[in-house]
Amino acid sequence: MIKVKNPAHIAIHTLLIIGSIFMLFPFVWMITTSFKGDDEILNTSKSIVLLPDLVRPGFLNNEEDQSRIDRRTERERLWALEQEKPTGERDKKIREPFKWYDNYLYAWRAQPFYRFFLNTLFVTITVTAVSLFFASLAAYAFAFFNFPLKDTLFMLMLGTMMLPQQALLIPNYIFLSKLGWINTYMSLIVPWLASAYSVFFLRQFFKQLPKDLYEAATIDGCSRFQFYYKILLPLSKPPMVTLGIFSFLANWNSFIWPLIVTNDTNLRVIQVGLSYFSSEAGTRWGPLMAASTMTILPLVIMYFLAQKQFVESQATTGMKE
Amino acid sequence: MANIRNKDWAAYLYLMPVVTILLIFHVMPIFYSLAVSFYEWDLIGQPEFIGAGNYMRLFDDPMFYKSLWNTLYYAILSLPLSIISSLVIALLLNNPISAMGLYRTIYFIPVITSINAVAIVWNFIYHPDFGLLNKILAIFSIDPQTWLQDPFWAMPCIIFMSVWKGLGYNVIIFLAGLQNIPKHLYEAARIDGASRWQQFRHITWPLLSPTTFFIFTITTIGSFQVFSQVYMMTPRGGPLKSTMVVVYYLYRKAFEQFEFGYALSMAFVLFVIIFACTLFNKLYLEKKVHYS
Repeated sequence: MIKVKNPAHIAIHTLLIIGSIFMLFPFVWMITTSFKGDDEILNTSKSIVLLPDLVRPGFLNNEEDQSRIDRRTERERLWALEQEKPTGERDKKIREPFKWYDNYLYAWRAQPFYRFFLNTLFVTITVTAVSLFFASLAAYAFAFFNFPLKDTLFMLMLGTMMLPQQALLIPNYIFLSKLGWINTYMSLIVPWLASAYSVFFLRQFFKQLPKDLYEAATIDGCSRFQFYYKILLPLSKPPMVTLGIFSFLANWNSFIWPLIVTNDTNLRVIQVGLSYFSSEAGTRWGPLMAASTMTILPLVIMYFLAQKQFVESQATTGMKE
Repeated sequence: MANIRNKDWAAYLYLMPVVTILLIFHVMPIFYSLAVSFYEWDLIGQPEFIGAGNYMRLFDDPMFYKSLWNTLYYAILSLPLSIISSLVIALLLNNPISAMGLYRTIYFIPVITSINAVAIVWNFIYHPDFGLLNKILAIFSIDPQTWLQDPFWAMPCIIFMSVWKGLGYNVIIFLAGLQNIPKHLYEAARIDGASRWQQFRHITWPLLSPTTFFIFTITTIGSFQVFSQVYMMTPRGGPLKSTMVVVYYLYRKAFEQFEFGYALSMAFVLFVIIFACTLFNKLYLEKKVHYS
């Protein structure tokens, strides 16, 4: 419940609510459209109909909606009649009326979306896990060891954070094509296994840990690697979760790189699959909205499970896609 | 901490994976693209050295200038739109109101979603015949437009969608900036009888300027990297190439016309532009902003 103590807050809430509607409405429109049939979507009338015919309460219908619903009821009746006949005698012209999940079914059948999801999950989880492992090793070295060229290496690594990825696309593509890695999972995974940002973030975290922790452990006979995986890793769960979410987001949403390095349907990730489906489906808006909903859904679920880390991971990185 | 005189050579073992990958995929490509940009090459045949030929051609290419201008136009239009709207929302959220967490959640949702998926949704919203936008305008008796198919409107449509998508991110940065402004300044101003507008004009705005500049530069840098929304919403660079931005042009040259040497010269110019902006951002601005 929103409780208002200060009258000025009513104005603030009003403005914020209008803003919220503006932020959310495209998603609402996407979801409701994904449950509409073509005759509902492709109507050029001036009225805005938000809810699908299947769930809209009757009193909201105007004449036009009512006639569309009547046509649908008629179609359902004809279809049911036709179904009673033996298979051979059915009239082919009477098509099955729209069911609420038809758009999802259409999208799912038009492109191997299950494959796209599996590919994306595989790439995303591999990159996230391995890059965090590598980054934690490097951050450990930067935070606890002394070695020649330490500061130079660290500065160089920070410098790579400033390199624009879009300018690296073509040279990396040429390099991978020489390696014969185009159209392999390797090209989707290997270049992203190192994240300078993760190293920096974890090093900052390690530096904040009590200094005598390392000394005490080594005096007790703890080897360097034991200290890393027995003490450091369990301690660094919070920064790891933040970085993990950031990496998951970035990989789930990455588009231009997989678009360039793969053209095999079996290797296609979800964003590339969605773009192909978009050019193929043309104005089949129902299935397109269904596919968009399916792509966004895992992100939104994750977001509501771990909101705080989501906002943090974005706000602290200073990065946009 | 380990003894200073101790040289832990084992450290290199821990650094090796990250450093190797960074060198191969993030540092070398810059030098490689500079080197190959002096060749004419389709990736299959033999590269042919043509000196500064690609660069000469690039600076004579009207489409390159058009793509640069379109990119700048994107930046120029999205900057005020995005800064003003996110600042207004951040100022509203900076009050001690209830349900603040809920609002932050809502405004942030577009940021986490996939640009490709929301581009499809906005394609539908902008559709000339069945789209929501024309239907809403019809309520106010405004004539329907063809939006993404119109050379004048295509880019503003993409910009509007992109501002909507990135808004929540800027709001978070602005909120952090606002919360860093000492409260006692406002109390002193109130005692002196300063109006709300005067407080904003003389306290909030000047003290927030590092944050504003930070958003200014990252938005500019982001503009030079725009690709997905253009690719998804206006195939082939839009009506009269009105949405042909630099990265999209570079993509076309390399992966549709296979002029790799030429595309690399463009990539190098892009690299120089973005790197200059980033350097400026890092050296002059980031030190003054505590945005986390």
